[in-house]
Amino acid sequence: MAGALPKRNAASNVQSRRGTEESPFVKWVLISIAMSFCLVFLFVPLVNVFAQALTKGLGYYWTSLTHPDSWAAIKLTLLVGAICVPLNVVFGLAAAWAIAKFEFRGKSLLITLIDLPFSVSPVVAGLMFVVLFGLQGFFGRWLNEHEIRIIFAVPGIILATVFVTFPFVARELIPVMQSTGSEQEQAAMTLGASGWQTFWHVTLPSVKWGLLYGVILCNARAMGEFGAVSVVSGHITGLTDTMPLRVEKLYNEYNAPAAFALASLLALLALLTLVVKTFMEWRQARRYERAQHH
Amino acid sequence: MLDKRHNPLPGFGLTMGFTLFYLTALVLIPFAGLIIRTLGMTWGDFWHLATTDRALAAYRMTFGASLAAAAANAVFGSLLAWVLVRYDFPGRRLVDAMVDFPFALPTAVAGLTLANLFAANGWLGQFLVPWGIKGAFTPLGVVIALTFVGLPFVVRTLQPVLENLEPEIEEAAATLGSSRLRTFLTILAPTLFPAVLTGFALAFARAVGEFGSIVFISGNLPFKTEIAPYLIIMRLEEYDYSGAIALAVVLLCFSFLFLGAINMLEQWSGRFQR
Repeated sequence: MAGALPKRNAASNVQSRRGTEESPFVKWVLISIAMSFCLVFLFVPLVNVFAQALTKGLGYYWTSLTHPDSWAAIKLTLLVGAICVPLNVVFGLAAAWAIAKFEFRGKSLLITLIDLPFSVSPVVAGLMFVVLFGLQGFFGRWLNEHEIRIIFAVPGIILATVFVTFPFVARELIPVMQSTGSEQEQAAMTLGASGWQTFWHVTLPSVKWGLLYGVILCNARAMGEFGAVSVVSGHITGLTDTMPLRVEKLYNEYNAPAAFALASLLALLALLTLVVKTFMEWRQARRYERAQHH
Repeated sequence: MLDKRHNPLPGFGLTMGFTLFYLTALVLIPFAGLIIRTLGMTWGDFWHLATTDRALAAYRMTFGASLAAAAANAVFGSLLAWVLVRYDFPGRRLVDAMVDFPFALPTAVAGLTLANLFAANGWLGQFLVPWGIKGAFTPLGVVIALTFVGLPFVVRTLQPVLENLEPEIEEAAATLGSSRLRTFLTILAPTLFPAVLTGFALAFARAVGEFGSIVFISGNLPFKTEIAPYLIIMRLEEYDYSGAIALAVVLLCFSFLFLGAINMLEQWSGRFQR
């Protein structure tokens, strides 16, 4: 996001670079190499997902998506997203409010701790919850006696997904709230608004785009998480298989078209994420340009 | 420990309390659990479990392939960032937007499509396999998957640095008679190097923990293409918690050391920006 602002500037002085430009031949060679790399590593893999999904025709595509087990996986994935994203949004808003609007000691330590899940391998993240709640884990015996299932059940999947997507919303919101400062909120308070009114009518509107972007990123990652969920889910068909796990199972059962059909939905989600991101960068750049004209 | 410093805004106690509660419940306690289980092992046990032959082979695969993929990204990512910032060509904006695609795409989907592409009958494999370039079930496949996953890092760290370069420096060099290549090698390359290194390190760190995109293409053959995270899952399936934990702790320690190094690198590479 931060890269969007100076980009327009750079584009405008690309034109007047005589004497500091490469020869057209060198330019052409560099562009061709870079584009071949993008073709092999970005565009062909993307097109391949949809091409493979449709090899047996639209009818088969539809039947494989509506197969009860795949349908159960789609519903579970939506459920996981619907629980994890709001949780992380509430956390992100609270953390951003505390960090951006107030000064306190240990702030940078807190930010480091919030970023911690980013640097943990998803498999290790899943393992942490197995160590806590698995049969041989700390609470395993107690949970077993009370017949509460967390590992190899939906609660474990949700915990692991929340862990992995933990920093996404907070990370987008903290810089946005920091850059808007707290003068507007203080003005609203002086004019007699309550704390909640100030938050709803002043703070939330000013961070809505950052929030939206955080939500989109968090959702994409929550629905697509594989490693952490793979450790805690137990792979029970129809019960604890999320979409990515179901994709793996179908692929291992040599049903590639069905695996790709399900994967194509996740790829669409990724494309949607990119569209929102690009739109927001474009909006931000336009606002920057307008501000420069006035 | 926390002082409010005369801020009239309300809600510090509430938001801070919730933040600390949520952080402790979902991140710190799981971490503590892993650490306590590790401390319960003797050093000898831990060392034995963390350095079995199969584990050593898995580390070699994980770190070797991550290094190769990060190096590939350093080269092609730098080139891509350069081309995107400096040249105008049809489709530039589309390619620029697509650079983030590996971030957004679930890793399982990435693994699935790459495994299919590089298989002997896949779109790319049918041309490459006759030349002896086999992607499926080989270490090369692991490198391919990790290159895909790490692609955005170098491009996105280098792009803002390239955009903020002052054109005057290059113009001055040109006026003084320096050839384009010489300007690049003596002026541009040293300025851009820290950013490339940061991107390289980020891509490497991401690759070491990566799992989803690799399991499809690598075949997970022990001693050949098995990566450390996959071995953790194997240990868990054998109900060998201690074995899984020992491997996980090695990966975690590495991540944290590396995180510290990246932070220092970012400060170093940011020294030209302000």
